Order: sequence, then C-alpha cells, then structure tokens
Amino acid sequence: MKALLILLPLIGLLIANLLPKRIGRVFAFLAIVIIGLFQITLVTCPGSLSGVDPLTLTFLMLIALVVVLTSISSIAFPKTDSQKVNFNSLLLIILMGMNGLVMVRDIFSMYVFIEIVAIASFVLIVFNRERDSFEGAYKYLVFSSVATVMLLTGIALIFLFSGSTSFESIKMALNSSPKNPIILLAMALYMVGLFIKGGLVPFHGWLADAYSAAPADVSPLLAGIVTKTVGIYPLFRVVSLYSVTGPIRTIILLVGIISIFFGALAALYQKDFKRMLAYSSISQMGYIVLGFGCGTPLGYAAAIFHLFNHTIFKSTLFFNAAAVEKQTQLRDMDSMGGLAQKMPFTGVASALAALSTAGIPPLPGFWSKLLIVIALWLAGFKVYAILAVVASVITLSYMLSLQRRVFFGNVGEHLLHIKEAGAELLIPSTILVLIMVGVGIFFPFIIGTFLLPVTRLW
Amino acid sequence: MAINIIIMVLFVLAALWTVMSRSLLRGAAGLAIVSAILAVLLFRINSPIAAVFELSVCAGLIPVIFVTTVSLTEPMVWPEIYKHMWMRLRRYWMLPLILIIAGIVLTQIKFNILLALPAKISEPTVGQMLWNLRPADLLGQVIILLAGSIGIVVLFKEKK
Repeated sequence: MKALLILLPLIGLLIANLLPKRIGRVFAFLAIVIIGLFQITLVTCPGSLSGVDPLTLTFLMLIALVVVLTSISSIAFPKTDSQKVNFNSLLLIILMGMNGLVMVRDIFSMYVFIEIVAIASFVLIVFNRERDSFEGAYKYLVFSSVATVMLLTGIALIFLFSGSTSFESIKMALNSSPKNPIILLAMALYMVGLFIKGGLVPFHGWLADAYSAAPADVSPLLAGIVTKTVGIYPLFRVVSLYSVTGPIRTIILLVGIISIFFGALAALYQKDFKRMLAYSSISQMGYIVLGFGCGTPLGYAAAIFHLFNHTIFKSTLFFNAAAVEKQTQLRDMDSMGGLAQKMPFTGVASALAALSTAGIPPLPGFWSKLLIVIALWLAGFKVYAILAVVASVITLSYMLSLQRRVFFGNVGEHLLHIKEAGAELLIPSTILVLIMVGVGIFFPFIIGTFLLPVTRLW
Repeated sequence: MAINIIIMVLFVLAALWTVMSRSLLRGAAGLAIVSAILAVLLFRINSPIAAVFELSVCAGLIPVIFVTTVSLTEPMVWPEIYKHMWMRLRRYWMLPLILIIAGIVLTQIKFNILLALPAKISEPTVGQMLWNLRPADLLGQVIILLAGSIGIVVLFKEKK
C-alpha cells in the first residue's frame, strides 16, 4: 500500500503527459485531487498503512493536503493548457518526492528524494519566468547545492562507520562510539546541510527571495510543506538516531533561538507582504527546531505539533497573500489598507491565521508554543523558554502590523474597485481555517490521539 | 579484462568530450555519460554500492541540477568573462591555499577510526542490485529524469 503513494502519482504524471493538452490539464488536476484525497484517507484510517509511524503519517497528511490545495488555488491564475499540464506534473513530482522522502528508511534514498523535491521546486519558482523569480530560484539553487555537498559528505562519513545506509545500522553504529570526532563532524555537516535546506539562520539567505519571488500559487506550497519536509523531517528522523545531547543539542538550540529572533525582527521591517511572511516562517521554524533541541519526548511532540500548526496557518496566510496579490496586483503593504471591507473572508482568515502565528489562545499556535515552552522549562533550558515567550510578543507585533496595513483602516481610492477573491482561492483558505479552529478548540482530544502517540516514538 | 579496458577508453573519451565541449548543456550531458560509464566500471570491479551511488548522484541528479542552473543564467561576453575572472581571482586566491593547509593538517592528525566496510555481496547483477537492493533509488532516478525533462520543457521550450 505504501508503494502506491509513489506509483499512483507517477502513473498519473505519465498519462497526463501522454494525453492531448486540453484533456491532460484536466486529468492532471483530477489526478492530484483524487490521489491527495486517497492519501489523506489512508493516513486517517488506522492500520491501512502498516509499519508507518505517527511522524511519517503526520507528514503524509500535510503533504497531501497542501499539494491538493495548491493545485486548486492554481486555477485562479491564468495559464495555457500546456502550462497547466506542466504545473500539475511538477506538483505530482513534488508529491512523489515528499512521499518518498518521509517513507524511506535509508539515509541515501532520503537524499535522492530530497533532491527530487529541490529540482521540482526550482522549476516551480521560475515557472512564470519573471526576473525576480530567476534571482530567487538561482539563490535557492546555489544554497541548495552547498547543502547537497554537506549532506553527501555527512552521509559518506556516516557510511564509513555503519557500512550500510539503513537507519537501523546507522543507529547502532553512531551509538557505539558517540563521541568519535568523525561522527560528530558527520552529524554537524548533515545538520548544517539540513539547516540550509530548512532556511534557518544563519543559512537563510535564499528563503525570503525564493518565497517572495515564487508565483503566488507556489509560495503556499514552499512555505507550507516543502521546506519542512526537506529541512526539518530529515533532522527529526536522522539526528534523533544519534542522541540529541551535548554539542549537537547546543547547536540545535542556538540555531533555533537565533532563527526565532532574527526572523521576527526582520519581519517587523518588511514592506512586502510575502517577504514578511517569509521571515515569519524563519522565526516559526526556529520554534520547531527549539522544541526538537530539548531532546525530550515532550519537546519532540511539541515540535511536531508546532510543525503541523505552522503548515496550516502559514499556508493560510500565503493563500491570503495570493488572493490579495491576484486582486490588487500589489505586494507592498504600504500601498494597501482597508482590504477587509472589500475582501471580508480573506481578511477574517488572515486575522485568524495571524493570531494563531502569534500564539493567541485558543488557536492551535498557542497550544504548540505553550508545549514548547513547557518542554524547554522541564528540560532545564529556562533561559530559552523565557526568550521563546519574549519572541512571541514580537511575532504578535508584526502580525498586527500586517493586519493593520493590509486589511484595516480606510480603503485607498486605487482599491475601491477591488472584489473578494474567487472560490479557487477561498476554498483552500476555508479548509485550512476550519482545521485551524478545530484543532484549537478540540486540543484536549489532540493530546490523546496525536501528541501521546508521537511521544512514544522516542 | 579486455572489456574493462574498452570501458576505460570510453570513459576517457567521454571525459575529454565533456571538458572540450563549449556548450554548458553538452558538458552536463557529457558528465552524465562519464558517470554512467564509471558506474558500469564500478559494477564490473565488484563495487555495486559505489556504482549505484555514482549512478544516482552523478549520472542522474547532478546533470539535472546543472541543466536547471544553465537555464537560469545568461551567457556572458568575453570582456565580461575576463573581468569576472580577475575579480574572482582577487577575491578567492587564498582558497586553494587554505585547502592545501587544511589537507596537510588533517593528514597529521591521527584519527582512531574503526571503519565498517559494507559486507561483501556475492557478485550481484546490475538488475539485482537496482531492483532488489536499492529499488527506492531506482524509482528516485526515474522521477529525477522526469523532473529534469519537465524542467527543460518549462525553462527552454516554452521560452521559445
């Protein structure tokens, strides 16, 4: 059954490209929606995917959800038949790449799937062939290549010790001589490679350009799930094979806290809607890494819960940004204002997602941040816990600033003709907002069904 | 042995064609061919894991990344190339020096490493290696090539 999650998109991709373009574009879209819904059904039905742990299940669900919603939102943006086939084909490739990445249990195969996602992402960023997008993709490509070298070197060094690339062999080999300098070097290289892929400070140089320059219907995919799957998932999976203690833990915690503050402070000074969201992503990824850096089951569970929430609320915000960009042709927040009057649904969805990002109760961002702070406190990292709370205040200030500049106040004369976005952009936002509010309200139910099974992984 | 020599000659010829090529795209294709020949050679000298890794990374992945990179760049004219080369030389002249010093320092450090070389596999065929031992990598290769093909269509064909 697991193989179907890669083979079905592959078959869909081949058929879509063999059919005439007018039929192929409809087929490719339907293939994504049907395969995505099939994947979500498999993940939510207990026992249908044997041998898959809650971490992989969480990712499989988020991947399917964001890819399907991205495909729906892409209808809003004009493309030729051929472009539609290519766009949805790239989404199918990303779907295969991410599914493979979270399902394999081999460090080298994982690397192969990381690169599949990266290649498809480069092409998606430059899909509209605009000058900014070429610059963004080029930066992503250069940083990604550096990360690739580091990942491969790390894998090669790990392979020297384990004699195999399977997770089981690596776990045994790494823990047999954990303080060996070569193993520490291998883990450091591997982690830095992943920090680059994840856009964490100080390796974030590509992220803001890539997110903001990508087509409006691609940014939610990149910010929502791609960066997390290629940067954070391998960190959870591989680094936790090695005990997260000593210098490894210090590096993770420092990168996490620096990313939180740098991302939040940089977001404060942005004028571009999507750039602000991009820097906000760096900050929120910092929270995820900080939770993971605790090295305790509660910390891991809190990190994965925040990753889930971040996917939901950041995708919502990027879909809203796409709606605003589509309707106004603007990204400069100082040129906007009062859009909530013209685009009431987008305004409400954006406000809820912004409040969840800032950690306002009872929205899910509050619960996951609270769990991260508790995990840090219990693990003895009280200074980090206090700093995480302080950074939340900065998050609230830039998110309120975004809402005020874009959606509140008086409508400018140049925006009087603006109407609410079409159903293609409102459906993804509605689904994500319903999940967000549902997770926040039913948080006690989440503890038993999601968080406790995740803590048993470690 | 004779087959290995023929493969090595082909390897050298492909490598020469790659480095002599004036087109970056042809160079990327040449690299893929060189790596594929090297992978065959590695299979023949009974190093199947190295062969599979070579095939995955250098024959499949890297050329696709090169082609994508080339598609994102504009060719420079000669005066620009000279200017760019001098600028880079002035800025990065110390890098080879650092590498040499780092190499000398690393060779002086005595690491007490217990290497675990992979268990010897009883001469698997190429098919066995790819289908039975590393099916995920093989599937990954197919997907990478598809991604590369669509990338070329998006970045080159549609541009025309």
